[in-house]
Amino acid sequence: MDHLQIYLIVGAALFCLGLFGVITRRNAIAVLMGIELILNSANLNFIAFSRFGGMNLSGHVFALFVIVMAAAEAAIALAIIINIYNLFHTVNVDEASQLKQ
Amino acid sequence: MTNLFSLNYFGPELILTGTILLAIIVDLFYQEERSYRVGLWVLAGIILSAVTLLINQQSVPVALFLGSVVSDPFSTYFKFLILLATIFTIVVSFSEKELGNQRVGEYYVLITIMVLGMFLMVSATDLIVVYLAIEIVSIMSFVLAGYLRGNRRSSEASLKYVIYGAFSSGIMLFGLSIIFGLTGSTNIFDIRAALAGLDTSADLALILATLFIFTGFGYKISAVPFHYWTPDVYEGAPTSITAYLSVAPKAAGLALIIRFFNSSLGAPGTFIETEWIFSSAIPWTQVMAVLAVATMTLGNLIALRQTSVKRMLAYSSIAHAGYMMMGLPVLSEHGIYGIMIYAFLYLFMNLGAFYILMLVRNNTGKETFEAFSGLGHSSPLLAIIMTLFMFSLTGIPPTAGFIGKFYIFSAVIKAGPGFYWLAIIGVINSVVSLYYYMQIVKAMFFKDDNESGITIKFSMISILTVILAVPTFIFGVYWVPVADWVRNSLVIFIR
Repeated sequence: MDHLQIYLIVGAALFCLGLFGVITRRNAIAVLMGIELILNSANLNFIAFSRFGGMNLSGHVFALFVIVMAAAEAAIALAIIINIYNLFHTVNVDEASQLKQ
Repeated sequence: MTNLFSLNYFGPELILTGTILLAIIVDLFYQEERSYRVGLWVLAGIILSAVTLLINQQSVPVALFLGSVVSDPFSTYFKFLILLATIFTIVVSFSEKELGNQRVGEYYVLITIMVLGMFLMVSATDLIVVYLAIEIVSIMSFVLAGYLRGNRRSSEASLKYVIYGAFSSGIMLFGLSIIFGLTGSTNIFDIRAALAGLDTSADLALILATLFIFTGFGYKISAVPFHYWTPDVYEGAPTSITAYLSVAPKAAGLALIIRFFNSSLGAPGTFIETEWIFSSAIPWTQVMAVLAVATMTLGNLIALRQTSVKRMLAYSSIAHAGYMMMGLPVLSEHGIYGIMIYAFLYLFMNLGAFYILMLVRNNTGKETFEAFSGLGHSSPLLAIIMTLFMFSLTGIPPTAGFIGKFYIFSAVIKAGPGFYWLAIIGVINSVVSLYYYMQIVKAMFFKDDNESGITIKFSMISILTVILAVPTFIFGVYWVPVADWVRNSLVIFIR
């Protein structure tokens, strides 16, 4: 069970780092990296629970699906950011603000 | 039920999948100016799917694909609602000028994929399907919100949407991983059984996980405090998509919240009428009541000081999410009943209001309250219909909005004296909302200082608004068929 705890701690740390990145960074790419960290922390949890918690394979399956979804999401997000760069000449999420706050 | 047999009950979804693939291929054969014809193919597929759904209606709930998806009257009801909203959206998109001179083939394909995602959302009973369905709907809405690529506002809307959306679904995923760790299963019925065997030492982890999961769900229905994306996305997105986002994914999100929390945390048996397994650990009633109050109050108060009608309608849709959420804390089937009726009636009035805005914007190029000036003199019929929608959104009888609010408020009052305050705040909020809805009516009828009222050219959208106005009025007078339909649909899969 000690192994499980170590993995969970790493997962929680990754989650917090991801949260921190999303909240503090203003560069859209960096925000996206924070989101990827959050997704990977959840993945780590799923796999650790599956492997060490004596549970079935659904954790592994879940992690595979998450990896695929994360890739799709990153592709869409990067396309949107490229479009933003073409229009605003910046990828700073604060500077791209035509819409009223 | 095994995978092969499940396909018998999966007809509507299979037809949607076929439509998506067919539409992508068909899109290759059309020139740019004819790419709107993909919409006709998609429309045919959607209608075929609706017919299949009608024919294959089950009165007995069944679990499909080894228990990861269910087919029950509850999900069928929401599927009809989603299909109805989609049909309106596709038809209105043919005359949407904003989409203008670019390829629109993918636009219709993306909408269809979104429908498939929402179908899974309303019928998911497995954490993997819950996550996948939410992501399918989200990713498609990111692209649709930013569909006007050369438009700065639209692109900015999609940037904000993708950041908020990916962030909140990431947090939800972390919550799901904790739930999986606590229970060792991804099926929500197994989760309930496993949670019942846990002792109180797991309470903290459970509360945290529920909070994280609700972040993802709350973002989908734009509940306060997860609503920040709503005004900007709704203002920047093409109006047809804004109208769609404010109706269909919101209904699907509410259905998911009801099914997920009822099945994973509720006591076995019928609806959440009885006690909750973790009612001691999670103060569901109080939290939901506070969130509902916060959502409708904030939506209404900020809507008061908007100058853009589109943005005002965005805040108004937050407020309406708050009214619907009032059905969640009461833990009774009356609450669910109220939410279901409200979601259905809200579809007509909200789509109608957005479509009239679209007409005005197409003819004047503006979305402000001033753009509506003199509409009552130049096109009285349209102005009267808009007044009907505004009355309905406020909840004044005899309109559909009144019936929706009536059922929600009566569910709250039936829950006992402890909930009277919630109903009172709901009524006060409705009164507040009267102010900003009436601003439009005032602009239309009582301001003719500008030289000539706008002239609205006849288009497909005018016909659609009339079609939407009919149920808005009829269901305000004679709503028994809707009430009966919802009553029969109030069967949720239980294991």
